Amino acid sequence: MSKPFDAPGYNRDGSIVNPEGRGEFTPGPQHGKARPAPGGPFLIGEAMTGGYSKSGPDILTGCTIAVDKGEIAVIVGPNGAGKSTAMRALFGMLYLSSGAVRLDGEDITDLAPQARVIKGMGFVPQTHNIFTSLTVEENLEMGGFIRKDDITETMQQVYDLFPILKEKRTQAAGELSGGQRQQVAVGRALMTRPKVLMLDEPTAGVSPIVMDELFDRIIDVARTGLPVLMVEQNARQALEIADKGYVLVQGANAHTGTGKELLADPDVRASFLGG
Amino acid sequence: MDFLNAIVALSNFVLIPAVAYGSQLALGALGVTLIYGILRFSNFAHGDTMAFGAMVTILFTWWFQSMGWHLGPLPTALLALPFGIVATGLLVLITDRVVYRFYRRVKAKPIVSVMASIGVMFVMNGLVRFIIGPGDQNFADGTRFIISARDFKAWSGLAEGLSLRTSQVITVITAVLVVAALFWFLNRTRTGKSMRAFSDNEDLALLSGINPERVVLITWLIVGALATIAGVLYGLDKSFKPFTYFQLLLPIFASAIVGGLGNPLGAIAGGFVIAFSEVTVTYAWKKVLGYLLPDSLEPSSLVQLLSTDYKFAVSFAILVVVLLFKPTGLFKGKSV
Repeated sequence: MSKPFDAPGYNRDGSIVNPEGRGEFTPGPQHGKARPAPGGPFLIGEAMTGGYSKSGPDILTGCTIAVDKGEIAVIVGPNGAGKSTAMRALFGMLYLSSGAVRLDGEDITDLAPQARVIKGMGFVPQTHNIFTSLTVEENLEMGGFIRKDDITETMQQVYDLFPILKEKRTQAAGELSGGQRQQVAVGRALMTRPKVLMLDEPTAGVSPIVMDELFDRIIDVARTGLPVLMVEQNARQALEIADKGYVLVQGANAHTGTGKELLADPDVRASFLGG
Repeated sequence: MDFLNAIVALSNFVLIPAVAYGSQLALGALGVTLIYGILRFSNFAHGDTMAFGAMVTILFTWWFQSMGWHLGPLPTALLALPFGIVATGLLVLITDRVVYRFYRRVKAKPIVSVMASIGVMFVMNGLVRFIIGPGDQNFADGTRFIISARDFKAWSGLAEGLSLRTSQVITVITAVLVVAALFWFLNRTRTGKSMRAFSDNEDLALLSGINPERVVLITWLIVGALATIAGVLYGLDKSFKPFTYFQLLLPIFASAIVGGLGNPLGAIAGGFVIAFSEVTVTYAWKKVLGYLLPDSLEPSSLVQLLSTDYKFAVSFAILVVVLLFKPTGLFKGKSV
């Protein structure tokens, strides 16, 4: 009887408020400027400690993630290990009590997420990562929104990478299949011409065949020199293509190494690759 | 001959007024649907925003009339309309800055904005009555009729007259132009697409570098313009009285919901559905039936389904039926 209006399932009347497409991102407190910090890997989140609120529990404890040019870095780990959180921390959506994020010789720890997009971070969220009511082409166009120059060339590159998108470019993105949607999502992020591409579980909810196809495309992207950082649930397949792997357990680095090393590591195999 | 008379009477009393009224509702519903789609709440202050826009336009019209400026056969209000749009744009931007922006900052539930908009409604309502008074205001001038009933009778030799008022023609032409411009803007321009993108997925819009505050600003400006145009057209066609605009809120919301909230195309369709239902249900069909039916069947009563005093019941009934049986509206809007 005294359920609050916004309790789940209580208010289903959409004629008063619009439940669709609301922003759920909670940006961290960052609103400062970037400082030069030369040297080190291309993108690194160093010894990050923090959580989703200032006073709340720390989800990450001294977690370090780095990726260099032309590399694919993969974050794997058991459920609730803070994989997605680590990626969000890199993107400025966390309250960090210590640690730093550096991109391309600049310390961007104090930058808001929006400013990081402009600095060259392309981020593909796990869900709600396309504009469903817009056509494929409009999705890509919106991806290139911050660019003032001609975007047709980049759009052509995206179409070369994902030929199916060119075929479906006038179709609403929401009508596409799961795998095609992920291609739109990655394509949208590529449209900003990012310096680094961050993918949060790009293969979530797609079939194994489509997954292989997506991984192939991601390798293609990395070959162009663009560093790719991704969080993956399918640890084995992801580590096979990874130049660098990070195994997170309870918000801290448990194992780090090349993908092959981790696949061969008996500890890693035993703990969550299933032997 | 009887058949022609019936058609003329039907056009004169049902079709033409309903098309004009439908255009006005459609313009109003477009404003509601834009706010719903982009700011994600139902703006209860929309009717009074229309009243404010119409009021400023009326004040400018009176001033122009006193200066002796006019547009010949067209109403002077058209000349004053841009000033009304600018003033309303300013008002809604100030309202947004003082009221709604705070709730966006703290990421309040949209229902909070709905409640705030009810407060804004009362303030605007008071503002309009304070400035122009609660009574009826007449500001229409220029040629009243394009076709007058008497001329039509003389020309056609029919017993029934057909009158076409200037305000009706202006309403329909303006509505078509405004809707075409709005759709072009939303579907063809970068800014328009960014508004649709923001409406679709706020987070992803942010990730794409779309500035939310800019989207909100443009939305308010468009909504202010739409509300002013709708308000002035309604005032020209009927008359201006602040309370009537407050009452318009129901048919406008009904139009937006019937068409599918958040869907601009639906808002237009919904406007006409509501207008035609309202006019046909409250029209006394005795005359038309008298022409069509044989003498023996001629109705003795007025054959008016509902007195015009109860016309709001029509919007309300349609609203309830749509919410029960097709909650997403005729066109696929957001699921309601």
